[in-house]
Amino acid sequence: MAREWRDVFVVDGAPAGVSGSDEPTGTEEKRMGPFRRLRENLRRTRQALRSEIQATLFEDLSEQTWERLEEALIYADVGARTTARVVAELEQEATAGKLTGGEALTSRLTELLADIARTGDDRIDVTARPTVILLAGVNGTGKTTTAGKLAWHLTTELGLSVVLGAGDTFRAAAVEQLELWAQRAGARLVKGPPGADPGSVAYEAIAVARREGTDVAIIDTAGRLHTQDELMAELEKVRRAITKQLPEAPHETLLTVDATTGQNGLQQARLFSEAVKVTGLVLTKLDGTAKGGIALAIAQELGIPVKLIGVGEQLEDLRPFDPAEFARALVAS
Amino acid sequence: MFDSLADKLQATLADVRGRGTLTEQDVTAAMREVRLALLEADVNFKVVKSFTEAVKTRALGADVIGQLNPGQQVVKIVADELTELMGGSGRELAFSPRPPTVVVMAGLQGSGKTTAAAKLARYLREQHGSSVALAACDVYRPAAVEQLVKVGAQAGADVYEQGTGEDPVKIAAWARDRATAEGKDVLIIDTSGRLHIDQELMAELANIKKVTSPHDILLVVDAMTGQDAVAVAEEFAEVVQFDGVVLTKLDGDARGGAALSVKAITGKPILFASTGEKLDQFERFHPDRMAQRILGMGDVMTLIEKAQDAYDEDQAAELERKLRKQQFGLDDFLEQLRQVRRLGPLQSLLGMIPGLGNELRGAKVDEREFDRVQAIILSMTPEERRHPELIKGSRRLRIARGSGTNVQAVKQLIKQFEQMRKVMRQVAQGRMPDLGALMRQSR
Ligand SMILES: Nc1nc2c(ncn2[C@@H]2O[C@H](COP(=O)(O)OP(=O)(O)OP(=O)(O)O)[C@@H](O)[C@H]2O)c(=O)[nH]1
Ligand SMILES: Nc1nc2c(ncn2[C@@H]2O[C@H](COP(=O)(O)OP(=O)(O)O)[C@@H](O)[C@H]2O)c(=O)[nH]1
Ligand SMILES: [Mg+2]
Ligand SMILES: [Mg+2]
Repeated sequence: MAREWRDVFVVDGAPAGVSGSDEPTGTEEKRMGPFRRLRENLRRTRQALRSEIQATLFEDLSEQTWERLEEALIYADVGARTTARVVAELEQEATAGKLTGGEALTSRLTELLADIARTGDDRIDVTARPTVILLAGVNGTGKTTTAGKLAWHLTTELGLSVVLGAGDTFRAAAVEQLELWAQRAGARLVKGPPGADPGSVAYEAIAVARREGTDVAIIDTAGRLHTQDELMAELEKVRRAITKQLPEAPHETLLTVDATTGQNGLQQARLFSEAVKVTGLVLTKLDGTAKGGIALAIAQELGIPVKLIGVGEQLEDLRPFDPAEFARALVAS
Repeated sequence: MFDSLADKLQATLADVRGRGTLTEQDVTAAMREVRLALLEADVNFKVVKSFTEAVKTRALGADVIGQLNPGQQVVKIVADELTELMGGSGRELAFSPRPPTVVVMAGLQGSGKTTAAAKLARYLREQHGSSVALAACDVYRPAAVEQLVKVGAQAGADVYEQGTGEDPVKIAAWARDRATAEGKDVLIIDTSGRLHIDQELMAELANIKKVTSPHDILLVVDAMTGQDAVAVAEEFAEVVQFDGVVLTKLDGDARGGAALSVKAITGKPILFASTGEKLDQFERFHPDRMAQRILGMGDVMTLIEKAQDAYDEDQAAELERKLRKQQFGLDDFLEQLRQVRRLGPLQSLLGMIPGLGNELRGAKVDEREFDRVQAIILSMTPEERRHPELIKGSRRLRIARGSGTNVQAVKQLIKQFEQMRKVMRQVAQGRMPDLGALMRQSR
């Protein structure tokens, strides 16, 4: 079964504001929505890949099997390198007689992919007061949307109070965009004057959280390409401003990666990580047909885990990442 | 990072030289490398398959003679073929004989539609003197209308909006009428991002098309897109039969194989390249450069053109005169640096130089270095700038203090300047310096 919010977020004892029962009253409906959405999405993903791999279920393991397998992984944006490694491993196991037939191959493949996806600590500790979560990533990958959804989930699922810091002071109407998300999520917004220094906004947002005893501060930032040195330096400055306000912060630095991203995603993760020490990924737009396989390459090469996934544009369309489910979606279940 | 394809192929084809022609075996081996390079560049694997097959036929029996080594020869064949595939008909934006010309921007969420809409408005105003209006039909994404209002104003275009309460199809029809009434030359319709599998929103797009009868529908595609580009392009092509493609975020280091995938699958031309967040970072698409980029061969042409744009003819003549007369001083050096800087971030320039791109991809270029150099030069007297050889002992110390740097930095700068002056003299005398050696030296 998919992971639940409480599997991802580390909270102190019983979460505040939410009754003790596992199924808080009235949220049943809300829960079914995103679940159905996700399942539908995963089904679509599976169907596409199943047709790629299906033949393996009925055939002996032949040269063609490996080729088809390779293609399926490449098609999922896993990348040549990680694909080669996975296929080599399976081929070796097959030669050693450990895998006979397509069925065994498929289940071993799923296992292997899930193992790769399962890397590092994939939980988000929100016990610090306030907990500071910094969002970073390339333009248009979903930082602001994730900020809004995350605020809503922290509030509704875990009963935490949230401040949103409008750290994108560059893009036209970026502050207004976050402002609307803050309204939807019922979170407080902290913004600076137009063209403000993003570091100061972040600093101020955390100051507000500390002053008012808010549980979590989420800092949105402007999109930037990892190749833009000046903008990456600016992001480092934002991080320093956060640390100046609260020495142990940011507690979590999440990189948004669009699931449709190809091999460039690896370089994105590498350079963002060098600049601001990324602790996890949010894999967004998984509601499309893209499989987000680049996350596997990132996990494999850099050891950065996916923590959350985006499955739509509504408040509820954010889910905990589940390696096994992700692997099953990449392969046929 | 990966070695350049040409180097790899050279290793694969090392023993071809003696034989003079490429055998089937050579070509098969070479295509394995080509295939990997294309996959690494995110070209869809089905496209890669048919492409390498086509190239194989062309490469078979090709003579390896003349200037190129076999590796380069194969790369050239591949690059030519890629260029042809991506260029093809070279259709332009279609203009209606009866204004307004209507353009619809469409694509996935976050691909760069709104920015591209404003860029295109600015481009048409500047290049064709058109009067342009933008229609705000993204009523879903929070603050999408505000965003268009802002970038539209920057682009000098009127923005037609009705807030977020109205139906996008109605807004589009209303905007078209208004553009006609107001005598606009061009109406560009910004639409909301949509997934190609979202039937409701795809139907909405088809309806926008129906009520506005656009002359051009442009699909906006992020250059970082992976294998999925094919599925997206296929679906948009089927539902709205778009006319051309805008490729965005080319200012990054993505190889952009999606461009090839989209073109190969739909046959629609790529019309424009978007290369930054600012509205003037928008240019015509050049298939030859894109082919080289996908193959990881740098982008000399873009670099040369950029340099030409930023370069002042008179200054250039003056510089040449100074170089010939050996009067090139630190003042001129500073001016050169400023010019280079105007071309854009150094990192992206380096990526455009073949051979250097891969070597320096991981290297960090510190833009602040410019500021330090500038501070040092500005702390010198005019006399010292003309004759750096004067700068010794106490002068050096004075300059270091004045610029807030140290003696070592001043020494280093003068040494680099002397080296550069030597190279420039060679260039002025018509000898091409060895760029690679120069880069290695200065590190
Ligand atoms: N570096 C870079 N950023 C770009 C480019 N084009 C657009 N962007 C940025 O990418 C992000 C998304 O661009 P938008 O123009 O808002 O994209 P959109 O397709 O309208 O997005 P939605 O309306 O949200 O679906 C913004 O942060 C832009 O500033 C480009 O060529 N290079
Ligand atoms: N389909 C889909 N769209 C998303 C998702 N996350 C974000 N988006 C959309 O992608 C676009 C860019 O998102 P935004 O949050 O503005 O990105 P930012 O530039 O990184 O802050 C917007 O149109 C969002 O509505 C997702 O999980 N699925
Ligand atoms: Mg944003
Ligand atoms: Mg938009």
